[in-house]
Amino acid sequence: MFKLVKRLTSVVAMFAVLFTFTTETMAAKKSKTLKNTQKKGFVRCGVSQGLPGFSNADAAGNWTGVDVDVCRAVAAAVLGDSSKVKFTPLSAKERFTALTSNEIDILSRNTTWTLSRDADIGLTFVGVNFYDGQGFMVRKNSGISSVNDFKAGVSACTNLGTTTELNMRDFFNSKGIKYEPVTFEKADEVVAAYDAGRCDTYTTDKSGLAAQRIKLSNPDDHMVLPETISKEPLGPVVRQGDSVWEDIVRWSLNTMIEAEEYGVTSANADMMKTSDNPAVKRLVGAEGELGAALGLDNEWSLRIIKQVGNYGESYKRNIADTGILPDRGPNELWTKGGILYVPPAR
Amino acid sequence: MNFKKILPQLLTLVVVILVFGFFSYNAQVNMENRGITFGYGFLSQESSFDVQFSLIEYDGSHSYFRAYLVGLLNTILVSVIGIVFATIIGVVVGIARLSNNYLIERTAAIYVEFFRNIPLLLQIFFWYFAALRALPLPEKAEPIFGVFFLTIKGFFVPAFIWNNLDIFIYSLIAAIIAIVFVRVYAKKKQENQGIQTPVLLISIGLLIILPLLSFLLGGVNASIEIPVIEQLSQTSFTYKGGLKLPPELISLALALSLYTATFIAECVRAGVQGVSKGQKEAAASIGLNPNQVLKLVVMPQALRIIIPPTTNQYLNLTKNSSLAAAIAYPDLVLVFAGTALMQTGRAIEIVSITMLTYLTLSITISIFMNWYNKKIAIKEK
Repeated sequence: MFKLVKRLTSVVAMFAVLFTFTTETMAAKKSKTLKNTQKKGFVRCGVSQGLPGFSNADAAGNWTGVDVDVCRAVAAAVLGDSSKVKFTPLSAKERFTALTSNEIDILSRNTTWTLSRDADIGLTFVGVNFYDGQGFMVRKNSGISSVNDFKAGVSACTNLGTTTELNMRDFFNSKGIKYEPVTFEKADEVVAAYDAGRCDTYTTDKSGLAAQRIKLSNPDDHMVLPETISKEPLGPVVRQGDSVWEDIVRWSLNTMIEAEEYGVTSANADMMKTSDNPAVKRLVGAEGELGAALGLDNEWSLRIIKQVGNYGESYKRNIADTGILPDRGPNELWTKGGILYVPPAR
Repeated sequence: MNFKKILPQLLTLVVVILVFGFFSYNAQVNMENRGITFGYGFLSQESSFDVQFSLIEYDGSHSYFRAYLVGLLNTILVSVIGIVFATIIGVVVGIARLSNNYLIERTAAIYVEFFRNIPLLLQIFFWYFAALRALPLPEKAEPIFGVFFLTIKGFFVPAFIWNNLDIFIYSLIAAIIAIVFVRVYAKKKQENQGIQTPVLLISIGLLIILPLLSFLLGGVNASIEIPVIEQLSQTSFTYKGGLKLPPELISLALALSLYTATFIAECVRAGVQGVSKGQKEAAASIGLNPNQVLKLVVMPQALRIIIPPTTNQYLNLTKNSSLAAAIAYPDLVLVFAGTALMQTGRAIEIVSITMLTYLTLSITISIFMNWYNKKIAIKEK
């Protein structure tokens, strides 16, 4: 009798172990962040406090921009609706803490990918959605037409807690120029101080300069110097330790870029299901089982293209048509002379 | 019986330890999961960022610890300036509120009500951007007395270039020690013989003569360096030489002292009004003149009421100085809890150091003010 009970319990225990094992691998596949996002019904996305073209809210609180579109793409892929995003505006100083402390799940806030950020503070960069570089803005009538015209004593306004602060030092040190860094926490104060004449130059990423120039009282009195003093690959960031979520964000971005490469747009995406090109068919989910690998259904990429559009559409809508940077420069596809090149979706 | 008394305290202690332990364990696990390491080793690494205004020699090749010191000293600087000016303005306004002159009394009251009811951050923005808009560009600045230049890029003042500065400082210290001795002697003389000594005159004399001697005999000399305008490009100018006070420091100190002064003014008013009328009348009836009444009877009693709430205001001012980050004044929060935190990503370490630093600053001010309070308290004999 006792033997029987003993044997029974051991069998039950074995099943229990087996069962927990299988459910655990399933859960791991589904990813904690993905599960939480699906449960909440919205993607938690960290953006800037207002940078036209990248992430900017209008008077009604609608967010637009290329950084915003990355989060919308993830929402379309994961939840089926690109509008299901909760945006959290963050200062440069707050952004990483907000991500590592679980306030947001994606940080898409014109953030530069560097080694120490990627390796040292619990973050993972998933890709690049904008290739940028640091530049300087000066007054046109100052007679400064190149970074070589700066003299010792120059005062430079910039944002606190950015790679800009470090690049600026590297740059002025290499030229042997003593300078005065004036660093503000918020971009609006930087613009106001530079506008008032507190600083001789305003330095940040060139895209940022182009976007913030519109906010100056007389934008036409200012210009951005031609030189670029640093590499600033900007891209979305996720927390370290959830590789499935990381893959979802990475391939949502890649899908947008690859869609442009194959000429798939929000308008023609549905028709492309019958394309002759297998790569295009894979991209719109008509062939292969790519969604399953990410723990999603097979229409995930089609939804991204239909609801958000491809990268080119996003760029045109947010950056080119708004007059910020009509010329795509390095952010053109590799097939058209740019450096946008993503691994194939297959 | 004894055990019953201790039990609740013991339980509270256990709960506190458990809560603290839970949070630190939780933080540890989460940091480990995300591959974040913990440690203070980064303090000795090269900071590689510059700061616009520093009391000690600093640039990006120094360590993060040095950057911390830069921020700390800047915080102390603006707090000390703020406390000094807030006290002066506060005392003047506080006494003005007790004035019999209707105009003076009303002006003081309006000032107090206006400045203490607007959020401090707004006032800081107001002074900073109002100052930036109102101040002239360097090339258009009108010199004040020919040597001071108040411009949008800062307040440029002449600087002293010293030779043998240490001897000059020793002479000042010697003068202060001598003054203390004179005071002790004068008090004894008055107690023993009833003769008053002109202590104030002697003190001023000592303060002038000893440093003067250091110039004549000690080989001390100082030359004055006057700021000179310099062209940076066709339309942009700055001043070279002399000493530069950044507009951020000026507007922050201004905002902090004008704001805190309103509270100190109310403390002063409360203190003076707290001394009963009978005290003044009694003092007058034994033949003290109005000055003596104020100095010997009213003020010593009023100070006992004024000091404790004023201590709170000093603490508030010091902590409020952390709003500096909004207008680019490189204080502890901007330099260390801002840039250094961002560049290293060591949030827990840096925030804990910053909190401990503010705690230490506040406790230091508290200890000093408590000591002063005890010193002037009624001594029961």
